[in-house]
Amino acid sequence: MKKLLALILSAVIIMNLAAACGDDDVTEESGNEGSVYFLNFKPESEAAYKKVAESFTEETGIPINIVTAAAGTYEQKLASEITKSEAPTIFQVNGPIGLESWEDHCMDLQGTDLYEMLSDKSLALKDGDEVCAVPYTVEGFGIIYNDSIMQNYFKMEDSVVESVDEIKSFDTFKAVVEDMTAKKEELGIEGVFASTSMASGEQWRWTSHLANVPFYHEFHSLGEELDPVITALGSESVNFSYNEGFKNMFDLYINNSVTAPTLIGGKTTADSMSEFALGKAAMVQNGNWAMSQIAGVSGNTVTEDDVKMMPIYIGAEGEEDSGICVGTENYLAINDEASDADKQASLKFLEWLFSSETGKNYVLNDLGFISPFNTFEDDEKPADPLGSQVVEWISNKGVTSVPWVFTAFPSDEFKNRFGDALLQYAQGTGDWNNVVTAVTENWASEYALTR
Amino acid sequence: MNRSLKKYFPVFLLPTLLAFVISFVIPFAVGIYLSFCEFKVITKTEFVGFSNYIEAFTNSDFVNALWFTVKFTAVSVITVNILAFTFAMMLTRGLKGTNFYRTVLFMPNLIGGIVLGYIWQMIINGILYPFQQTLYSSADYGFWGMVILTNWQLVGYMMIIYIAAIQNIPGNMIEAAKVDGASSVQILRNVTVPMVSPAFTICLFLTLTNSFKMFDQNLALTAGQPGKETAMLALDIFNTFYSRIGYAGVGQAKAVVFFIIVALIAGTQLWLSRRKYEAEV
Repeated sequence: MKKLLALILSAVIIMNLAAACGDDDVTEESGNEGSVYFLNFKPESEAAYKKVAESFTEETGIPINIVTAAAGTYEQKLASEITKSEAPTIFQVNGPIGLESWEDHCMDLQGTDLYEMLSDKSLALKDGDEVCAVPYTVEGFGIIYNDSIMQNYFKMEDSVVESVDEIKSFDTFKAVVEDMTAKKEELGIEGVFASTSMASGEQWRWTSHLANVPFYHEFHSLGEELDPVITALGSESVNFSYNEGFKNMFDLYINNSVTAPTLIGGKTTADSMSEFALGKAAMVQNGNWAMSQIAGVSGNTVTEDDVKMMPIYIGAEGEEDSGICVGTENYLAINDEASDADKQASLKFLEWLFSSETGKNYVLNDLGFISPFNTFEDDEKPADPLGSQVVEWISNKGVTSVPWVFTAFPSDEFKNRFGDALLQYAQGTGDWNNVVTAVTENWASEYALTR
Repeated sequence: MNRSLKKYFPVFLLPTLLAFVISFVIPFAVGIYLSFCEFKVITKTEFVGFSNYIEAFTNSDFVNALWFTVKFTAVSVITVNILAFTFAMMLTRGLKGTNFYRTVLFMPNLIGGIVLGYIWQMIINGILYPFQQTLYSSADYGFWGMVILTNWQLVGYMMIIYIAAIQNIPGNMIEAAKVDGASSVQILRNVTVPMVSPAFTICLFLTLTNSFKMFDQNLALTAGQPGKETAMLALDIFNTFYSRIGYAGVGQAKAVVFFIIVALIAGTQLWLSRRKYEAEV
């Protein structure tokens, strides 16, 4: 009797154990309809996606699970999620370099409505004839400025220029910035630029975005007819020939800032954006995605009408004709290893989001994406001020947008090494030559490793 | 009793054993296998032999991290134990408020490493601010920041162990020493220290392993900045595994090397304390 009891008890314990391990599979019961598991890359859009998910399930009955990876951890989250039996059915690829790791997991989107909807088919990420991933938003970055502070400056009697439109080159820009620094008390700002955030993991605004400009000019100078991004992808080495331009701009940022150059190692992007939102700084380099961050700072003094964007100039030839940097590193792919029902459900979700009235409404008003799909009419543009600034720059025929060459930078390691050298330079513990060597050497070594 | 124990031990052992195998033995074995593979996701692997180990040691990051960790461990083992022993001596003299101070000193140990890391990051940055410096201006700041943080966290815990050991010294031994005319320094050297030597072994190895495998404090305080100069072994392994595409195998190889080092330290401790125990018996 005792023996039996012991046996039963131990069986119960083991069963509990087994049950505890297998708790995740609740979503399995949706039948043959399929279900969607979307691993979201943008933490700033998490709340919006939850709303999207709710109304999608309401309209179609397809269950959808949206999980958001914490900032900067997407790759590792995806690497662990994708091995699970309930793997993400929709995931994000961050461009041609990211595609190399996830190629094998991407379903061929050739012939799907999602791909057909794309206004410019060349935007999709391809591997030979196979369409691996489709971009879902186009973004732009440049120098965001607070127009009310700028207007105050322009009203001064001895201002260098009288309108932002007159700033068409690095020299003019530098003169304006340095004059504004001299008059910062009268303008009521602590510095022209918000902090040059160089904390660990926060260096992307310089090592990706600012670096995009000199590298665009470098690859562009190799031949007008070449696509700079594709040229960059195939380049074993770089000269960093516009490094002087990069240095001049970077020096301008750190020497006319709210924060002393030796202190920027502790600053984050969020710090910079709040300095801008609180009116302590007149300018900050960032892209249209930053609008939610600016608007979200409590006590912010910047009105939406005053948030404007202008291009980054580094003193390269012919740069007066170039606009802000426009491109994308947001591509969506569908997991090839998911069941057919799940794949269909996932496609249906994306098509619904980017073509149905309800979906488009969310895209424009909640997610704030500038979508590259032909289902959006010309007058259907995002409502947020920076988004409309980007649209304005893209449609400004006088200038050519600078493509996102940085999506072809060989690896994150390259950017990190670049950032390390840059931080040392800013703090005065390393010289500029180290930055140039870090860029050229690591480009070559990382290119060799990843190809 | 013994007979029924023999009969039923699988019944009692099985659930724990199963959990241990699932969550420890299997991942460990898979981990060792993966260190010989190149992979991006752990279900698709390609066997590459020892190349991950070669890469781990030819890459300067790992060697730097190892050296940094060894330096840090050496310094913090000494400072933590000296401080903990001093506090223990001070707080076993029956002074007023002894219990209060013991509690205060033990408190930091109850706070998690990440929280402590961020707190000290703010404190140190606040101190350096008037000098226009940050914690990331130099690797030395990070190093000493880590030492201070580790002391803050571990001193209280080690102190409790020393207090227990000191209280176990029979009062008549000290009294006898006093009657014989020993000075307080002589009592400390010839009575107290030999009597608490088992506690020394325990504390020494606890601080040694704790400092050697430190991760969250390191991540929160400096995250390896500037550059990777203040990254310790555990952080370097984490970074290699997760932030470099195609380097997961190298990270795994580093982890195996790390395991061997920690196992050696733990093994030495076990051997030392067993030898001492056997000598006493």
